[in-house]
Amino acid sequence: MTVTEDADGFIELDRVEKVFDVRKKTGFLKRERRQVRAVDSISFRVARGEMVGYIGPNGAGKSTTIKMLTGILTPSGGRLRVAGIDPSRERTRLAHRIGVVFGQRTTLWWDLPLIDSYRLMHRMYRIPDARYRANLDRCVELLQLADLLDVPVRQLSLGQRMRGDIAAALLHDPEVLYLDEPTIGLDVISKARVREFLRDLNAERGTTVLLTTHDLQDIEQLCSRVMVIDHGRLMYDGPLAGLHEAGESERTLVVDLDRELPPIDAPAPARVVRVEGPRQWLAFPAAQSAAPLVARIAAEYPLVDLSVREPDIEAVIARMYEERAIT
Amino acid sequence: MGDIGHVGQTGRVADGLRAYRLIVAMWIKSTMAYRASFVMTTVGNFAATALDFVAILLMFSRVDALGGYTLPEIAFLYGLSGVAFGLADLAIGSMDRLGRRVRDGTLDTLLVRPVPVLAQVAADRFGLRRLGRVAQGALVLGYALATLDIDWTPQKVLLMPVMLLSGAAIFCAVFVAGAAFQFVAQDASEVQNAFTYGGTTLLQYPPTVFGKELVRGVTFVLPLAFVNWLPASYILGRPYPLDLPQWVAFTPPLVAVACCALAGLAWRAGLKTYRSTGS
Repeated sequence: MTVTEDADGFIELDRVEKVFDVRKKTGFLKRERRQVRAVDSISFRVARGEMVGYIGPNGAGKSTTIKMLTGILTPSGGRLRVAGIDPSRERTRLAHRIGVVFGQRTTLWWDLPLIDSYRLMHRMYRIPDARYRANLDRCVELLQLADLLDVPVRQLSLGQRMRGDIAAALLHDPEVLYLDEPTIGLDVISKARVREFLRDLNAERGTTVLLTTHDLQDIEQLCSRVMVIDHGRLMYDGPLAGLHEAGESERTLVVDLDRELPPIDAPAPARVVRVEGPRQWLAFPAAQSAAPLVARIAAEYPLVDLSVREPDIEAVIARMYEERAIT
Repeated sequence: MGDIGHVGQTGRVADGLRAYRLIVAMWIKSTMAYRASFVMTTVGNFAATALDFVAILLMFSRVDALGGYTLPEIAFLYGLSGVAFGLADLAIGSMDRLGRRVRDGTLDTLLVRPVPVLAQVAADRFGLRRLGRVAQGALVLGYALATLDIDWTPQKVLLMPVMLLSGAAIFCAVFVAGAAFQFVAQDASEVQNAFTYGGTTLLQYPPTVFGKELVRGVTFVLPLAFVNWLPASYILGRPYPLDLPQWVAFTPPLVAVACCALAGLAWRAGLKTYRSTGS
């Protein structure tokens, strides 16, 4: 992967590495030292205003990358810039320009009303009063926090708290927002609300968003670009549709017929993978439209209901590997 | 750490103190959300430390002197050590939780804030209930001052607040250094407690009851002797441990500054290790 010259490179990584020394106990006092490459020569650029999904299995190096981008960890090698700043050298200066939401670790004050956490941000980030008020009003309106401001954080639901955390990360007008699993554990309505808010934020304010997720729908609904990392290496960087192609992943069409019938005679490459009474499952390439297939089934079979299921990220990535192993 | 440059060192200290105050205010507010619990834990803190002194009182019901020191003299040492440690414990006593923050990953949430990490960790879980310990130490110190027949001079009067503040600073340095060590060994909070809580207990007794080697250690290696033993010996007109010269009684501020500087360096080294290893 080569880095092309790009004047808009807002986040720039050039052969960034992170090597950990892992010491393992092998005996009572004996220890074995082993080096682990958590991030292995990764290069990419993200332009201002992009919304990028950063995905990969657990332990792939996602959070290590995010920690280097936020200045928490110092890279072992390579060059890294966010908004022209070297994160590890100027961590506190960078902090004013980035927002971070850790999905499972709230930064809100547990025993205090939500608004108190925001007041602390106001003062800690030295946000000018007018700007703080404007940003808070906007977040409160769009994230529907008005009724929650005076409620102690410990009494908020998971979805409410996530919305609260996102608002806390945005009060100082960050140019880039890192979200680590922003929809994990949320119900459908909360997920939709969070996604809608992030879309608006990106569209209206041009905030660059980088999010890690296990939920392919997050990526589908939010990100024009997706990066896949595994074993510390960048496996894929491009649009989501291309990922399906690269992984030859398949979507599933679930068809309910009005009675039990032999397997549907579908045009290749679509094929029936399972039959259970009047319900049949058909697999077809994810990059293909479902419309012609649906049209054909609807014309030839007594169709009652249908739904399309998206492949999940793990399956897509697993397939990508199988491909690589073969070729 | 390299975060310097645009603000400068004094700016960072000012930033740190400001952040410390902001976070402490939040913890006090949090505590006040459970007012009854606050009152109870403060009283509990006071009572627990008070029992500590009761043990000494019981000892004196059997003997008239301990290591050549009378009860009011021991109360003097006890009170000085208690107040100095109590102030340090009140200010940054929760720093021993750092190892836990490293383990559960919540330290990372502090590293993305635009203020020094040390200030945030120092203010973490600030507990006003620890005033109970300070109050108990002050009470014992008051008793000592009321019963002792000290030949007060201006130097001795001046030495009192200087000694207490320097002592608090020395204990703060021990807390910070101990926390810095936890970057390397995350379950070392017990080791830290041995030096902090253990140190203050040690200083409650006169240096004459301990072996020379131990006294040397807490004078030259971990300079806890400067918290109360040396300056108190001057005020009480007692011979110094280790036959040190008279003027060392006035060195606690210098020792405190040196300790804080070393602890600061240790902290930087610890944080640097964390940021390169992430664990």
